[in-house]
Amino acid sequence: MTRAFQTRVLKPESRLIEKEPYYERVGEEVALFEAAYASQIPLLLKGPTGCGKTRFIEYMAWRVKRPLITVSCHDDLTAADLVGRYLITNNETVWVDGPLARAVRAGAICYLDEVVEARKDTTVVIHPLADDRRILPMEKRGELLQAPPEFLLVVSYNPGYQSVLKELKQSTRQRFIAIEFGYPDPALEAKIVVTETGLDAQNADKLVTLAQMTRNLRGNGLDEGASTRLLVHTARLFKRGITPAVACNSAIAEALTDDPEMLRAVNELASSLF
Amino acid sequence: MSLPPRSSDLRLAAAAPEPLAAAALEKRLDELLDAVLSSRRTATRLAQSLAPLPRQRQDFALHWVAVIARTNPELAYQFAAAAAPALAILDFSSAEAWIIEAMDTYDREGLYRGSHVLKSAEEFAGLARRSSSAVGFEEASCVLEIFICALSGRRVRLDTAAHPYTDTETIYLPPRLALAATKEDNFLLYKAMTTLLWAQGRYGTFNADLQAICSGYDDPQDALAILNFLETVRLEACVARLLPGLAREMARMRGDEASDARWLPLRTAAATVNDSILLLRALYGDFVPPCRAYMTTLQPDLAAAVRNARLAREKAGLQSALAGMMADAENTASRGAPSGRISVEFKRQCKAGEKRQYVLKIDGEPVAPPENVTQLIDSILQDLGELPDDYLLAAGDGGSRPAGHAEPELADVGKGAYHEAGAFFYNEWDHKRRHYRKNWCVLRELDVQPADAGFIDQTLGKYRPQVAQLKRTFELLRGEDKLLKRQSDGNDIDLDAVIAAYADMQSGMELADRVLVKRHRTERNLAAMFMVDMSGSTKGWINDAEREALVMLCEALEVLGDRYAIYGFSGITRKRCEIFRVKRFDEPYDTSVKRRIAGIAPQDYTRMGVAIRHLAILLSKVEARTKLLITLSDGKPDDYSDNYRGEYGIEDTRRALIEAHRSGIKPFCVTIDREARDYLPHMYGPVNWTLVDSVAQLPLKVADIYRRLTR
Repeated sequence: MTRAFQTRVLKPESRLIEKEPYYERVGEEVALFEAAYASQIPLLLKGPTGCGKTRFIEYMAWRVKRPLITVSCHDDLTAADLVGRYLITNNETVWVDGPLARAVRAGAICYLDEVVEARKDTTVVIHPLADDRRILPMEKRGELLQAPPEFLLVVSYNPGYQSVLKELKQSTRQRFIAIEFGYPDPALEAKIVVTETGLDAQNADKLVTLAQMTRNLRGNGLDEGASTRLLVHTARLFKRGITPAVACNSAIAEALTDDPEMLRAVNELASSLF
Repeated sequence: MSLPPRSSDLRLAAAAPEPLAAAALEKRLDELLDAVLSSRRTATRLAQSLAPLPRQRQDFALHWVAVIARTNPELAYQFAAAAAPALAILDFSSAEAWIIEAMDTYDREGLYRGSHVLKSAEEFAGLARRSSSAVGFEEASCVLEIFICALSGRRVRLDTAAHPYTDTETIYLPPRLALAATKEDNFLLYKAMTTLLWAQGRYGTFNADLQAICSGYDDPQDALAILNFLETVRLEACVARLLPGLAREMARMRGDEASDARWLPLRTAAATVNDSILLLRALYGDFVPPCRAYMTTLQPDLAAAVRNARLAREKAGLQSALAGMMADAENTASRGAPSGRISVEFKRQCKAGEKRQYVLKIDGEPVAPPENVTQLIDSILQDLGELPDDYLLAAGDGGSRPAGHAEPELADVGKGAYHEAGAFFYNEWDHKRRHYRKNWCVLRELDVQPADAGFIDQTLGKYRPQVAQLKRTFELLRGEDKLLKRQSDGNDIDLDAVIAAYADMQSGMELADRVLVKRHRTERNLAAMFMVDMSGSTKGWINDAEREALVMLCEALEVLGDRYAIYGFSGITRKRCEIFRVKRFDEPYDTSVKRRIAGIAPQDYTRMGVAIRHLAILLSKVEARTKLLITLSDGKPDDYSDNYRGEYGIEDTRRALIEAHRSGIKPFCVTIDREARDYLPHMYGPVNWTLVDSVAQLPLKVADIYRRLTR
């Protein structure tokens, strides 16, 4: 018997987040977001990977009831990928909007994840959109899109990358209101793990301690410590009956590093804790 | 020389050739040990003791006598004397370990200690019996160093000592552990020892003056032993609260020891070293502390010295940093200067194992301390448990740097016998031993004495047409945006292609889908390190040619935009290896660099291995897809006295290059030595070198070679 899989096809600009995403407030970020949104000022989310930036945006999109269009930036992402381009169909050239143009038209929240990864020319299209002009120039069409008040540009960036090439220029960063995200404090992080996965509090505490220990290794062999997201993954494995040693190895140690000594050290930490 | 026989060859013993007779042995030993033999001290006894051994063992002994004699003939004599009984009880691989240990000890601590190891072959035999389950310090420490760093957030150095202890900055562990039956358990012993020693510092064992307390007893050693046990009990409980998994394993290792009600109070979270001291008073007398496999020792005198030095340093650092904060506060304060009252308020008492939370206040106003202040306060809190008021007096120059000299990098200084600031220590490969000599070379980075930049202008004048030509060739290499046409995907429409496709379609042909243009950037993501031979043999026109070559190279590379650095190397003996900075990666090609190029002057010898190791580390810190280490050389590696010349130097250099290669660096050598064919292929590989056979050609060739290399 074959079962028909159901895959829903959605247009991002018309999709609203229906269910409230689980999000724990860390500080003033919700109020800040709402104030920025009301004042039409774009936002810059800073913070290490897996600390809840994307979840926060989903939560806020749900709160303000606007569609969310996410673009994960990579080093081949060009301005045309964001704005749009001409395609050829049936002997004709047809203009197709890119995700940023769609978001502007639909008054959505456009989230450019890891914006430093994108090519430098993308900043050209972001700049006029990110200051008080709020316009998206569509050079190839000779048009300007004026963003409606509902539109919001949000970019994220990880200051932890130790790369001179991957820095945000002053002219870009000074257009944004920045919200810094860190890892939640231990009690809150344990609560997040418990709520997300249903793991018992004692193991959640141990997982958080393990994460903090790996965060101590930042700059001493690890580029970054274990994120909250990794803890949630590990806890899910626990819940499925995987032993702590195996779960920590696959979800934390192997995810953090390939270096054999570092792997062994992280596993020793895990076995010391569980 | 042939390789020494390996243990697996023992089975063939029956087919082995006849053993050497005493006379033949004596003749051979006479040759090898000539320097330390005299009319009263002959090799006759040695030869007689070796004569009964099978031929393979004799060969093994003779091979190592020869190897050790190259290091120190006296040590070789001692070895020859100890060889016969030792080879009777050790197999070849443990004998090799025994010899290497002796030579390492000799390198580190001298002849007396080295010979001492040679006399302890029996101990080695005992260890060897359990060698399959033993764990060495080297193996354990690389993991445990990270482990401790994760626990405490700062790097703690690990080192070897006969008994495990800590001076609060370095954790000393035995060189080898074979107490337990399995490898896993022996590693666990290391882990438990390391954690307990870390806990001594973390949970305040040294917060009381243990030395004074113990000397109050009739037998201070006894008292210290009891105190050590009590502290172990207390720290076990501390570790159990933080690391329950490790505590479980430790409990398994100490077996089911009857829990004694007397030390229950030590197991509570509130227990401190003072509780142990109180209990010591009650127990001293007939109490014999039980032993644990992972038992560590207390060295209060060593710990106190290190701790006091650190506290003094941190106090000065904190006071100076606070003064800096005050100065900042004064600059920004709108209402007059602050009176300078700094206070720290602690938040609620927190659980064990957590960092204490506090607020720093200037004149009652909370301020956010900079990171260096936070680190200093945390470190002082860890040592003292509190922050005495006198630590909070702002004093000193107000700079953010702690007063006094800059803290040397712990990782670099003090690893070897030569505690000299600013020195780097590197291992060196001894191909005869087939092991590294640990921290064998002491290397320093120096600046080239700048000379008149007139040399640069002269060179540019001399080669003016060639320089122009060179720049043009290099311009062609420069990575630029290319517009790739007729692509199946891209950013824009290729109108020519569309028209062609349309025409094709009109004429009934298939519509081509490659109608887009794509911008493609060929980036030269490349970093090159030039390592220039500054040995005495380059004196004269070779040196001139080298400098001219560098000038041409810099001119060309400036056009290309590749990142590059230039360092010279020289030195005399392993204790004075020198690297001369000419141009660092982050330095522009400016007048001071030009003056340093002009100032490159012949120095001493060519100890290449250590220079390669050092520069490879510098190069590996640069982020680039391709990393090149290019050596300009005029001959074989060579050094004064200690046997670096010849095979040893070539093998060490080769080893260093292999290490560099492993870390992603591509080595290349440009040489003017016509004999290079004999040894360079062995060191650099068959294609990674080139010979410029006329010195006069060097300035023109080097840039060209670089261009071909990176095309």
